[in-house]
Formats: sequence, C-alpha cells, structure tokens
Amino acid sequence: MSGAGQDWEDESPERLYVITGGRSGAAAQTFSLDLVTLIVAKAAPRPGIQPEHAAIMRLCHSPLSVAELSAYLKLPVSVVTVLLGDLLADGRVVARAPVPPAELPDRSLIEAVIHGLQQL
Amino acid sequence: MDFNSSDPAAGQALAEQPVAGQALAAEPVAGPRSEDALPDSATAAVKVVIVGGFGVGKTTLVGAVSEIRPLTTEETMTQAGVGVDDTLGIERKTSTTVAMDFGRISLNEELVLYLFGTPGQQRFWFLWNGLFDGALGAVVLVDTRRLEVSFDVIGRLEERGVPFVVAINSFPEAPKHDVEELREALDLPPEVPIVDCDARLRTSSRDVLMTLMHYLHHLAVTSEAS
Repeated sequence: MSGAGQDWEDESPERLYVITGGRSGAAAQTFSLDLVTLIVAKAAPRPGIQPEHAAIMRLCHSPLSVAELSAYLKLPVSVVTVLLGDLLADGRVVARAPVPPAELPDRSLIEAVIHGLQQL
Repeated sequence: MDFNSSDPAAGQALAEQPVAGQALAAEPVAGPRSEDALPDSATAAVKVVIVGGFGVGKTTLVGAVSEIRPLTTEETMTQAGVGVDDTLGIERKTSTTVAMDFGRISLNEELVLYLFGTPGQQRFWFLWNGLFDGALGAVVLVDTRRLEVSFDVIGRLEERGVPFVVAINSFPEAPKHDVEELREALDLPPEVPIVDCDARLRTSSRDVLMTLMHYLHHLAVTSEAS
C-alpha cells in the first residue's frame, strides 16, 4: 500500500461525502439529469479545479452519457449528478436532454430505432 | 453472468502518476477508447431496460449487441436501503452498492440507444425509479428454471405502465416450454410478445430488441387510431 489515497476504501461513504462536499442529489435535480443525458464539455478544464470536476470535463470532450461517466469515474450516479450540477451551473458543460418521456413513445422515434437496429 | 465486466477499462488507463496530496484523484480515469467516442452530432439518447434474475444472461445480451464493451455503473443504497441490508448479509449499513451493466448502440448520427441490465428481485426495485423514467420499454429476460422472479417483475412493470416483451434465454439444460404454456404460467396478456432467444448471439439479441420495437410501434399506432 502506498500513497494517501490507499487509505480510502473505494466505495466508502466517507469518500463520497468528501467528493460532493456532503451534498446529496437534490440540488442537481434542478437540471433533471437522466442516466442517458448526454454531457459535453464546453472547454478543457482549467488548472486548480476539483479533480473530479476536471476528470468529467476531460471525459466529455465528446458526448458521454451520465451512466458512462459514472462507469468511467467509478462513482455512483448520484454522486456524478451532484458534480454535474456544479459544472452545469457554471456553464462548463452542457447537457443534451434525453428524448422526453411520453405516455407512449413517439411513432417516428420508434421507426428511427427500428431502422438503426436493422443496420446492426 | 452479471458481474463479469467489473473492470472494462483495465489495461487502457492513460496513466498519469498520482500526485501526492490529491488523495481523491489518486486513480487515473480511463475514458472511452477513441473508437468508442460518440460523434459530436449525437444529440439524443433513448434507453431500454433488460430485466431479469441473476445469471439469466442480461449482460450477455447487452454485450452481444453493444458497440462498446458493457460498462458497469454502481449505485449506493443509503436511506433507501435501510431494512434491506439484512437480507443481503452486508455488515455495513451505509455502503451497499448495486451494479448495473449497460451497453450502447448508435442508431444514426444523432440518436443513441442505451441498454441497461437490472436485477429483477424486489430488493433492487429502488433502482427502477431513475431507470424506467423515460425508458422506451423493457425486455424481461426469463430463465424457465426460475420463473418466480419473472412473475414479480412482470407484475411490477404492469403496475408502472412500462411496455415490455418477454424473451426466453435458451439454456441448453433448461426444460423446453411451449410458448402458450409459458404465457399462462406468467399470466401474460395475449398481446404481449414472447420470443425465444440465445443471448450470446448478436442477431438473436438484436431480434429481441426488434420484437420490442415492433410491439411499441404497434402500441403507438393503436393509440393514434383510438
């Protein structure tokens, strides 16, 4: 074992608490992030910002879903949405909202999915 | 298997040496391989949920059609998990995590489909809120040797109003069932499609998704007409 980081158990609540500054997902919900909301960075991270914020901005130089961010960062989705809430509030990333839910999916949307699957 | 892809990024880490004092960022973050990056034209995403018991082949199905190796996202059970931890046999009440594997299919330059595999057991239903909101529909993946899980799942999906199809993953040793017998056993309405599949095969898994989409299309057309 070496390095200060090794003392933190990977999934310990304490570690997650520190990353989010003790906030839960409530604040980030104003942006209504879905697992498949696509996130794109507007610029490269500037030096000195919180490492997790910087990591997100580097990952999102091309569009990446919230779920993929969670997977690559190895952080729970609830933590990622808090971090994204900060970045969205500062205008450092933009969110491309998923297709809005409806009672029944739109017919032309389903046709686009069918067409796409046929290409597989 | 549901948990066999826990470290898909292994070996691709663009390692930066951890800087002393940055304890929380000690692990370098490996992003997608360059060929896995979505084009900037990707503007909208939709999702489909694959739900079934452990070991039924959810991740296998996702992996068979996904353009990326399945990734894993974890969610922490905190307050929502109180009272659930005991049944999981986990000692520490605040740190239970549940993994969901998912994959991705770029349907065209703008539209991306995500497929999420999620466990069907009732104790994981807390995951369903964010997951099913806005989902196009679901595939209930069934192992005929363990129908009970599917029974609960189907009831829950009906309650939530999520359209779904049923896919039977053909395990070599599983007893063969007549589709209509299964429909009766699962108490499924006549309009809900049931298909056989081999989740290991891309074409077969693709056809399951196709069955769901044709069913959704049928529902959309029917509702337009009424």
